[in-house]
Amino acid sequence: MSAAPPTDLVPVTIDGQEIAVPKGTNVIEAARRVGVDVPFYCYHPKLSVVGNCRMCLVELGQPAVDLATKAPVMDPVTGRQRIDWIPRPQIGCATNVTPGLHVRTQTPQIKACREGVMEFLLINHPLDCPICDQAGECKLQEQATGYGRGYSRFIEQKNVKPKRTQLGPRVMLDDERCILCSRCIRFCKEIAKDDVLGFTDRGSYSTLTCYPGRQLTNNYSLNTVDLCPVGALTSTDFRFKMRVWFLKQTPGIDPESSAGANTVVWSREGVIYRITPRDNDAVNDSWMADSGRELYKQVRSPGRLAGVRVAGTPAALDAAVAQAGELFRAAAGRVAVVGSGRSSVEEQWLTRRLTEALQAPAWLVSRVGEGDGLLVSADRNPNVRGALVTGLIRSLPTQRLDELTAAIDAGRVTTVVAVGEDLAAAGLTRAQLAKVKIVHLGTAASPTSEASAVLLPALTLYEKAGCFVNQQFRLQRFQRAVPGPAGAHDDLELLARLIGASGGAVAPADLAGVWREVAAALPALAGRTFTTVPDLGLALDPAPFAGLPFIEGPGLHYTPAKG
Amino acid sequence: MAVVPVARPPLTLAERSYLPQIAAGLRTTWRHLVRPKQTLEYPEQRPALPPGYRGVPTLVRDPHGREKCVSCQLCEFVCPPKAIRITPGEIAADATTAHVEKAPKEFEIDMLRCIYCGMCQEVCPEEAIWLQNQFSMTGTSREEMVNRKDRLYELGGTLPDQHLKWDRKAAAEQAGNDLH
Repeated sequence: MSAAPPTDLVPVTIDGQEIAVPKGTNVIEAARRVGVDVPFYCYHPKLSVVGNCRMCLVELGQPAVDLATKAPVMDPVTGRQRIDWIPRPQIGCATNVTPGLHVRTQTPQIKACREGVMEFLLINHPLDCPICDQAGECKLQEQATGYGRGYSRFIEQKNVKPKRTQLGPRVMLDDERCILCSRCIRFCKEIAKDDVLGFTDRGSYSTLTCYPGRQLTNNYSLNTVDLCPVGALTSTDFRFKMRVWFLKQTPGIDPESSAGANTVVWSREGVIYRITPRDNDAVNDSWMADSGRELYKQVRSPGRLAGVRVAGTPAALDAAVAQAGELFRAAAGRVAVVGSGRSSVEEQWLTRRLTEALQAPAWLVSRVGEGDGLLVSADRNPNVRGALVTGLIRSLPTQRLDELTAAIDAGRVTTVVAVGEDLAAAGLTRAQLAKVKIVHLGTAASPTSEASAVLLPALTLYEKAGCFVNQQFRLQRFQRAVPGPAGAHDDLELLARLIGASGGAVAPADLAGVWREVAAALPALAGRTFTTVPDLGLALDPAPFAGLPFIEGPGLHYTPAKG
Repeated sequence: MAVVPVARPPLTLAERSYLPQIAAGLRTTWRHLVRPKQTLEYPEQRPALPPGYRGVPTLVRDPHGREKCVSCQLCEFVCPPKAIRITPGEIAADATTAHVEKAPKEFEIDMLRCIYCGMCQEVCPEEAIWLQNQFSMTGTSREEMVNRKDRLYELGGTLPDQHLKWDRKAAAEQAGNDLH
């Protein structure tokens, strides 16, 4: 025998491959580590184990020992310790590894078990694949191909159940397709803490339903759609919109709050169809809030700014930038910059460069909502910490720009650069907006865009790449999913041109260039480039900002520092 | 390489007079004049098409007049020249075919792109798209060469259906309801 492994590691043998896995790992996860696929439906790594789909049946065995002497019983044929196999198969999800456990997943018995389970699951499953939104990412399809028997022996009439049950405002249930795995029920109970789903009736009549008088309305309801291994739960927003095999997946970040849930943006030919969570065990596990999934609609919103304007009339970008430069020169020393907690780290760096070139003070607008203790935090700006890291601001932003309005009223500020922020929403009156010259970078029409002397249409989050720093001081990258509309320009390019117009040193207008500057100037990001930010984020040191009174409450994987 | 001059053989009297050649040519002409005709008076006459002919792709209805396409977009996916473009839609809950749930809102086949390969017909799980005998597509603009949904159904008409799976589904639902 080799040296005993550390106590928290348990040696197991799966299909002849030996591996040591942490104590408490179940057989499915242990098998995954050696590349053995154990199929399952009801099991989910982040939910409790119920073991009701029976798809993960495996054969288990232990090395034989003599009951009286505890001496190993040797197999005379192989010369090794004999393995005593449990005669009946066991479920892998609910079996945690024990020292010396042997697992077989490829025996005729297991093959027969899987075929049997598949056959029962498919008995009443409708032949809906051509009209089913899950087709292409359906576990039942995949495992029928991998482990099914390939033909049906069922000649009776299939069960017919309701196909359009509205469980909540965003979730539709197709009862026929449900395989009763109960993942959605467990998610609502354990993660969303909104125990609203349950099964009624028995046997073939079993039905997923809401508790009487209740609806699946919580802000995490769409995670049940992601969880559903079949097409039973569908999103009313995405229903029948596009087949998933056409969609391109782009990694993104949920911008609705500083929780910074990792997302996948699904698009086809420049149109975004849906947003789903991306697994990140350090931030959002496998979940995200419903509210963050609808934000892609701003890309094609009716109020989208479509062209460069100078004093309300369409202009070329060069002319607009030159006009901004003249405004800066005319108001030298009386310019203020309003940055945004919604800008990426790269844009905030260039905003800081702009404030330095203009020798102007910088403000940020804070957005405060109620944190839900999960993945929507109280700070509704995704990147306030990015502004701290880049040095754009030194203290936390306020919700109203009272200092700025006072300076405007007193005539100390006559020109304002608003980078992605609506000044009216931040507390400026129409009279104050009219009193100053505004250079505005934005995506949507607002009182600020209407009052702008120079209006520069920019890109939404989904049309550009960059990084956010979330509440855990985790630097997370998002990529460009779709191209921007005609008439809009990349924020980095606009900021770099404004820096040029303000007489500052030449600023980079692309991500690689900004990162060269950032890596040289900020010790926290020294030696980094945009492409080497890990997919699951880069934890930055929060220590330099430990004294600041951050407003977030506890959330998933986040505990506020004691202040 | 050396050039080898080859002496041209002198022409015979028959060759010089050219008459036998004219006679042989006229014989060929006369033979074709009296032979049965090989050509058709297109477009008044149309050729008989062999079974399995792959003409213009069309959408068909089942014998009860239901549009068979459920906009699964498999043909759009498989189409090698990307000639097909489908906008999926939902069947209204109060329609008689509400249990089918899905139907194309718009279905376009760009006949300037189509290569008549028939893969759309092969892949269709509902037997809704067929390359039938229509082979002559003309138009004076690019837009005219795009067959939209109404035109596709006009070209396709109705084909017999051996499965009628959605009717069987409706029957099963009825049977289930009668049971309770």
